[in-house]
Amino acid sequence: MSDIIQSGRRARAESGARLPHPAENVAIWCQDMAFRYREAEVFDSVSFHVHRGEFVALTGKNGAGKSTLLKLIVGLLEPTRGQVLVFGAPPRGRIESIGYVPQHTGFDAAFPIRVEEVVGMGRLSGLSPVAKHQKQQDVEWALRQAEVCDLRERPFSALSGGQRRRVLVARALVGHPELLVLDEPTANMDAESEKKFYDVLARLKGNTTVLIATHDSDFVSALAETVLCVGQDTDHPHSVHRHAIEQALNVPDDIYGGKVVRVRHDIELPDNACCEGKE
Amino acid sequence: MNGFLQALANPAVPFVRNALIGSVLAAFLFGVLGSLVTVRRIAGLAGAISHTVLGGIGLALFLASRGAPKWVSPMLGALVFAIFAAFLISLVSLKAKQREDTVINALWAVGMSLGVVFLAKTPGYADPMSYLFGNILLVTKQDLYLLAALDVVVLLLVVRYYRHIEAASFDEEFAATKGVPVTTVYLVLLLVIAVAIVLLQTFVGIVMVIAMLTLPAGTAGYFSRNLAGMMVNATLLSLVFSVSGLVASWHFDLPAGAVIVLLSGAVFIAFSAGKVFAGRRLAKS
Repeated sequence: MSDIIQSGRRARAESGARLPHPAENVAIWCQDMAFRYREAEVFDSVSFHVHRGEFVALTGKNGAGKSTLLKLIVGLLEPTRGQVLVFGAPPRGRIESIGYVPQHTGFDAAFPIRVEEVVGMGRLSGLSPVAKHQKQQDVEWALRQAEVCDLRERPFSALSGGQRRRVLVARALVGHPELLVLDEPTANMDAESEKKFYDVLARLKGNTTVLIATHDSDFVSALAETVLCVGQDTDHPHSVHRHAIEQALNVPDDIYGGKVVRVRHDIELPDNACCEGKE
Repeated sequence: MNGFLQALANPAVPFVRNALIGSVLAAFLFGVLGSLVTVRRIAGLAGAISHTVLGGIGLALFLASRGAPKWVSPMLGALVFAIFAAFLISLVSLKAKQREDTVINALWAVGMSLGVVFLAKTPGYADPMSYLFGNILLVTKQDLYLLAALDVVVLLLVVRYYRHIEAASFDEEFAATKGVPVTTVYLVLLLVIAVAIVLLQTFVGIVMVIAMLTLPAGTAGYFSRNLAGMMVNATLLSLVFSVSGLVASWHFDLPAGAVIVLLSGAVFIAFSAGKVFAGRRLAKS
């Protein structure tokens, strides 16, 4: 984690890229980005952007690098080359604009904590103290948004998987983020919980930019306007591409937690495909 | 009990009163730091630090017997070894997560063996047993002042940064996205634990330090609703165990440290068993 501390400084020094639109309208700007773990290359010359208010699904096989890309966007990792900007600045400088819902599979069931306290965590910003009154209001609002008001007093460990994910969404929302980043939030969820989960996201759509990684790469929620695919191209396995979507016929509504669209992995779109009519 | 109260009031035996004050000051550290050790699952790490301390004590005593200057005290040796162990373990756990347990156990064994070898080569010096179990009745006024100072430091840090410590312990990755310096929080926690172990082992012994950092907090974890509650409950439990253990050891003429550990262990095992049975009954119904 020590590399995080340096990332802000270095990334700031490199910023000054030319954005296609005013900085405040570009939620994510990824330019010629490369990233490698010590032993393995994950990304090479990745460029894409996401507009403010867009709902983006990120697909790709296990191990393709979805989580790594999300960590680069929320500032947990730093690109080895190129840059990732969130609303025109490096992610470490946009702590309060970003809400992150990690996969969180290694959660400690014995940790004594109540739902309200988990949600309150999202209000932290660096080491500064948190004003109690403001925090209480935000926690109320976030609990309502994620439909977990009735669980506030419950121990986090006593919740079902679906409830826990919604609490983690509330935690991400409590700081009123402009960009919400979710890492496979509906993995191993039953259809009913999944539907409830997407209902929560549907309400956020438009006001909040949403980037959601999903485990299914053929169908994504119909909420998605854009689909980015990680490592789908066999010639360029370390890249991210924009793929077309089409209406999915003959797919029942109840298996993916709501209406879905089909991803056409055979049709690649140019990176500026989303820009028409947008500032 | 009466005998203990009389001894407490008797100015001719100040060590009984000092032992009681020491128990109260130590209970706070055991409760607060023990809760953090428990929820972060670093009991093995704390165990390694406390056993490495024996190497430092042994080296200091050995050097002193060979004519080293007076400032080479067992306390200094313990402190140097504890901080070195904490630094080494944090380096390994931050840089190469997969080998952490090996390093912890290696330090544990090597540190202790060093201590035994140095003590064996120190002329006329005591057996390692006295360092493993300590003697709470040997606590000095200076120990009490140092302990009180550490209590104040820990209290200030925990009150001011409670939410940050809680977040970094519960979900380090998320806390990092919120700008919480999780690495610093971890390093400061290890440093404070290392210093606490050094101060506490001088009179309660290495085995008891590690027992009291885990048993009261582990017991409190069974019925506490949040981390703050766990800290308070673990402190109260430590206090009850230390004082009642002290009284019982006085009454039955047994080593205080061992009685306190046995008492804490018995309650922890009773709670664990109760939890298992309650869980079974719930599953059946």
